Amino acid sequence: MDLFLQLTLAGLAIGSVYACVALAVVMIYQATDHFNFAQGEMAMFSTFVAWALYQVTGSIWLSFLIAVALSFIAGIIIERVIVKPVENAPIFNQIIVFIGLLMIFNNLAGWFWEHTTKTLPSLFPKHGIDSTLISTHNLGVILFTLLILGVTFCFFKFTKVGLAMRAAAANPDSARLVGVSVGWMLALGWGLASAIGAVGGVLVAPIVFLEPNMMSGVLLYGFAGALLGGVNSPGGAVAGGLMVGVLENWARQYVPGGSELGLTFALILIVGVLMFKPAGLFGRVIIKRV
Amino acid sequence: MKLLEVKGLKAFYRQTQALYGVDFELEEGSITTILGANGAGKTTTLRSISRMVRTEGEIKFDGQDITGLSTEKVAALGIAHVPEGRGTFVRQSVEENLHLGAYTRKNKNDVANDIDRVYAYFPRLMERRQQQAGTLSGGEQQMLAIGRALMLRPRLMLLDEPSFGLAPLIVQEIYEIMARIRDQEKASMLLVEQNANIALNLADQAYLLETGHVVMSGESEVLRNDENVRKVYLGY
Repeated sequence: MDLFLQLTLAGLAIGSVYACVALAVVMIYQATDHFNFAQGEMAMFSTFVAWALYQVTGSIWLSFLIAVALSFIAGIIIERVIVKPVENAPIFNQIIVFIGLLMIFNNLAGWFWEHTTKTLPSLFPKHGIDSTLISTHNLGVILFTLLILGVTFCFFKFTKVGLAMRAAAANPDSARLVGVSVGWMLALGWGLASAIGAVGGVLVAPIVFLEPNMMSGVLLYGFAGALLGGVNSPGGAVAGGLMVGVLENWARQYVPGGSELGLTFALILIVGVLMFKPAGLFGRVIIKRV
Repeated sequence: MKLLEVKGLKAFYRQTQALYGVDFELEEGSITTILGANGAGKTTTLRSISRMVRTEGEIKFDGQDITGLSTEKVAALGIAHVPEGRGTFVRQSVEENLHLGAYTRKNKNDVANDIDRVYAYFPRLMERRQQQAGTLSGGEQQMLAIGRALMLRPRLMLLDEPSFGLAPLIVQEIYEIMARIRDQEKASMLLVEQNANIALNLADQAYLLETGHVVMSGESEVLRNDENVRKVYLGY
């Protein structure tokens, strides 16, 4: 029973990171109808920035906050400079741009910081709680993620800009007619997604080690979480991310040979959801009248 | 005073031309209607003013040329567009829709007062304030669209077929409220309609559009009594 609880709690911790990535992916998907394949590499790059800042400042929290702020600004700039020019281009062009971004960030990180793994300390103290069930880092990850997600939710639900962003994503023409600058709302969405991705990256780095490919697996789990929860439901994406984390951990332990099959499991989940419940568990089926 | 002056307006959807040099004016505080059949260019005329379609020619609002502005800047000038299909934010609540209408405004107290004012015009929206707007009936969504436009405190309202797809009784109710809005808000309106009868009842001035050209214009009374208009558009 203890093992089961340990697995579940550790799953929730890693699932929190997937939830951050899934939420970032869904935020951009809702506004543009596209998956940002570069979301993981952007988060990885942000994490490296946090690491570089940590070498200078020596304070992990300060480095983390600056890195998240920089990621927010970088997200806005990327949207304005790289994504906006192709927003009306055919879907293939846009996917190529996303994949290009992915490779650019991956290679830049390798160039700047080399491919040797680095260690980024946890945001949370080593010996905070005395429990055999969960580590302090994992508990911190879960609580901190819940806090971030709560703040994000309140921002979208209760602020004027949050409402305008939802309106711009759902009905851009109508949003323009009431005076919302839809282009800037998209850019802001990229900024927020990038910042949330950075949070996920810094939280996961102490678990997976910091190197340019650290997010490739995480992004796949994040996609699985987003699809499982429903790509048009931010709350669903978060729930999906958490579920994928827990299911993955169970599968690694209880399925024979499962410890080697983590990513396979994520892919099976993606294919399974697409085949049997394309709208996800919490998503809406969108029916278009023609 | 002339609030809106349009001269030689041509509009294009890619290569296809939809308007061929349309001229019209609107006096501040008055209601002007543009009538015409399907495809005559009524919606395109409104979309031209809101800068949602490529145009040539002159569009002056309050003496200022607005052809170089973006759609959101035009809205910020005080032009509220009630679009074809009503433009409801379907997943947002009724009240959120109204708040979006006031997006360009700063003063929270004024906005709160105006929401009450909209509910006074449309008590049915008040009953459904927390409901998802997509669940409203067509008539209620039209009321919401007009309410959303009012939330801008508009100097000019552009109304695209408020009667579209609605039962005659509902159309009548909505037009009665529009008349009240004109009297109480001193709002100027540019009204596009296929339902010529009801539009001529409300409007002061009227223009008749056929395949992108203005073919007739004048006081609403004049158009109503014109033999041709009566036969073709009023049906008696």
